[in-house]
Amino acid sequence: MALILTVDDSASMRQMVAFTLKGAGYDVVEAEDGQKALNAAKGKKFDLVITDVNMPVMDGITFIRHLRTEANYKFTPILMLTTESSSDKKAEGKSAGATGWIVKPFNPDQLLAVVKKVLG
Amino acid sequence: MSIDMEQFHQVFFEESFEGLDIMETGLLNLDNGEADNEEINTIFRAAHSIKGGSGTFGFQNIADFTHIMETLLDEVRDGIRELTHEGINILLKSVDCLRMMMTAASDGGDVDEQEVKTNFDALQTILGSDESAAVENETKEKSTAVSEENQGWKISFAPHKNFMQFGNDPVRVIRELSSLGQLTGQIDTSKVPDFSELNPEDMHLSWDLELQGNVDKAAINDVFAWVEDESDISLSSLNSESKKTNTKKMTAAKTPVAVSKAAVPAADRKATDKKEKSAAASSSIRVGIDKIDDLINMVGELVITQSMLSMLGEDFNMTRLEKLQEGLIQLDRHTRELQESVMQIRMVPISFTFSRFPRMVRDLSEKLDKKIELVMHGENTELDKTVIEKIGDPLVHLVRNSIDHGIEMPEDRLAAGKPETGTIQLNAFHRGGNIVIEITDDGKGIDKDVIYNKGVEKGLVEAGTKLSDQQIYDLLFNPGFSTAAEITDVSGRGVGMDVVKKNIMSLGGAIETHSVKGQGSIFSIRLPLTLAILDGQSVTVGADNYIIPLVSIVESVQPKKEQLNMVAGKGETYKLRDEYLPILRVCDLFNIPDAKAHKLEDGLLVVVEADGKHFGVFVDDLLGQQQVVIKSLESNYKRIEGISGATILGDGSVALILDVPGLIRMSD
Repeated sequence: MALILTVDDSASMRQMVAFTLKGAGYDVVEAEDGQKALNAAKGKKFDLVITDVNMPVMDGITFIRHLRTEANYKFTPILMLTTESSSDKKAEGKSAGATGWIVKPFNPDQLLAVVKKVLG
Repeated sequence: MSIDMEQFHQVFFEESFEGLDIMETGLLNLDNGEADNEEINTIFRAAHSIKGGSGTFGFQNIADFTHIMETLLDEVRDGIRELTHEGINILLKSVDCLRMMMTAASDGGDVDEQEVKTNFDALQTILGSDESAAVENETKEKSTAVSEENQGWKISFAPHKNFMQFGNDPVRVIRELSSLGQLTGQIDTSKVPDFSELNPEDMHLSWDLELQGNVDKAAINDVFAWVEDESDISLSSLNSESKKTNTKKMTAAKTPVAVSKAAVPAADRKATDKKEKSAAASSSIRVGIDKIDDLINMVGELVITQSMLSMLGEDFNMTRLEKLQEGLIQLDRHTRELQESVMQIRMVPISFTFSRFPRMVRDLSEKLDKKIELVMHGENTELDKTVIEKIGDPLVHLVRNSIDHGIEMPEDRLAAGKPETGTIQLNAFHRGGNIVIEITDDGKGIDKDVIYNKGVEKGLVEAGTKLSDQQIYDLLFNPGFSTAAEITDVSGRGVGMDVVKKNIMSLGGAIETHSVKGQGSIFSIRLPLTLAILDGQSVTVGADNYIIPLVSIVESVQPKKEQLNMVAGKGETYKLRDEYLPILRVCDLFNIPDAKAHKLEDGLLVVVEADGKHFGVFVDDLLGQQQVVIKSLESNYKRIEGISGATILGDGSVALILDVPGLIRMSD
């Protein structure tokens, strides 16, 4: 089953995402900021990365930019969690290397629909 | 799949309340001119997280309210907007309002709609009218997804060469389109180079597709949303007569205020069952991972020792006695370490209590037109959670008191040759086995004569009695000292200094006052580290063991007959070096008939300290010192003067813990 990395500084959001994905049978690793996520990603090969944008230490966009330079992650789908109002963030994320985004607020079903879509 | 979102609510509330504290602290720092980008970023991030979470977990009113705060903060962050003192005030009030909404959501209370609206409007006034327009537009965009009857779409999809980078896949796009309706089409492979020149990472294909069925244009746009910059997409309707999409906008005049109101009944409905939950949730505690790791480590050690001992026990003979003793020593050490680690779990930093003061000092000084700077030290000093919870109110009262009565008005300070801005210091540190919290102000100090005269006036002191400084200050904490007429708007809240002292005493602590007229005052609170365990000296009187808390013991002496004096009206005293100690005989105070020592020279005198004075507690004999776990007598039996609790000793017998200040009161 696919291995997914979920990155969010908010514990409740992270838990919700992880719980939903685990419930659907995916293996999930959690990280609470971009730096920790980057460290976790380097040792493994995740099939999908879902990251928040606004985070302390290293924000989501910087994280995506760094992750894309890793040979292992050149084609890995990376989704960012953004809020509706931040359309410039979407563009910024795209140019940093994000595959797409999931708009907050979202519910578990919406999240799973997107994940299934991406992982096929 | 349906997932019960409520299971994440507790975590969401916890982190949101933390977020609100972070916002508050950040805003106060901004107000003090310590503005830097990181500070604003931190505030913004906290607001952003609360907004995202509240939307996701179904607290739409909170999400809407936070949204407008976030917009304002975003503009400040981008340098479009300067944050004025007034603006910070409004944001601080909004944080309060948000906290109220969050509390209502978590505990099932009521939302003060008027308060929400007032703050919402205030925020909107700062932002100007553009924001409300933006919100409206957003709502409109959402509701314009009206479809017209159509037969389908002709789609030309030509991904760029770099389409595959960043994880996109044309197959996903096509699969998604095919889920919307019946999809047919042709693939154009003409641009695929020879195999020798083929770079598998590049994209060379394009598609001409026909999607049959009544499909929303918005749904198709959604499919392409992630890839519209990496491909050329053109879309035309199959029924040519309605090529021009009719974009008559629905005027869903949903103002933001209406949104927040509409969300409230749902919150109300859940009020009752949430209330029940919050009771259980409030007793949770956050513990650092390192503490848990320590604990697990310790248990591991204990298990090893246990298995070693049980192996030894299976096949024991006297030749292995030394090994057994060794094992028992190890067991003893591990048990003690384990106990310490468990106690550590209950310890939380005092910053939990201190964190409310910056805001309080700011608000009060503004209200009183005083200039006050708050300095805090030792925020990381750890205290038992119960102590932390109970010390909050007394501290608030003391700080209010210092602001109100201590610090002078700016002009008075200048006239007295002091800096215009007064300073209040909160200081927490370890001293001995205690935690000391000091509240220091550089205000006008306590005028002893005024206090003394007032004490006489209130009939607390007989005129002409000579009192020590400490005794005069103690008058401040006397229940009869403060009267309603003198309670000001700020420090009076129906709680007097006597309650402060009572609360501190109930925690096993003490408060001391020092003051120099014209220079300021120090209130010093001494608290035990924990309420659950104490270091005690085991003593015997008659057939029973008693525990005297080690913190109150100064020394123990073998009394000599010739040092004993009888003082008229004061009972027995013992002359120790240059001091006369009143003697407290435990056997007399508790009517213990079988006490072995009656003559002073037959027993021992434990010198204890209470309220700054020394006393001699007379007992039969001293046993060892040990840590004892305090069991409440009150909750298991009833309160007894002179006894603060009970404990169970190693042999299973019960020992009462002596309450030294209580013994002194009994002997009076």
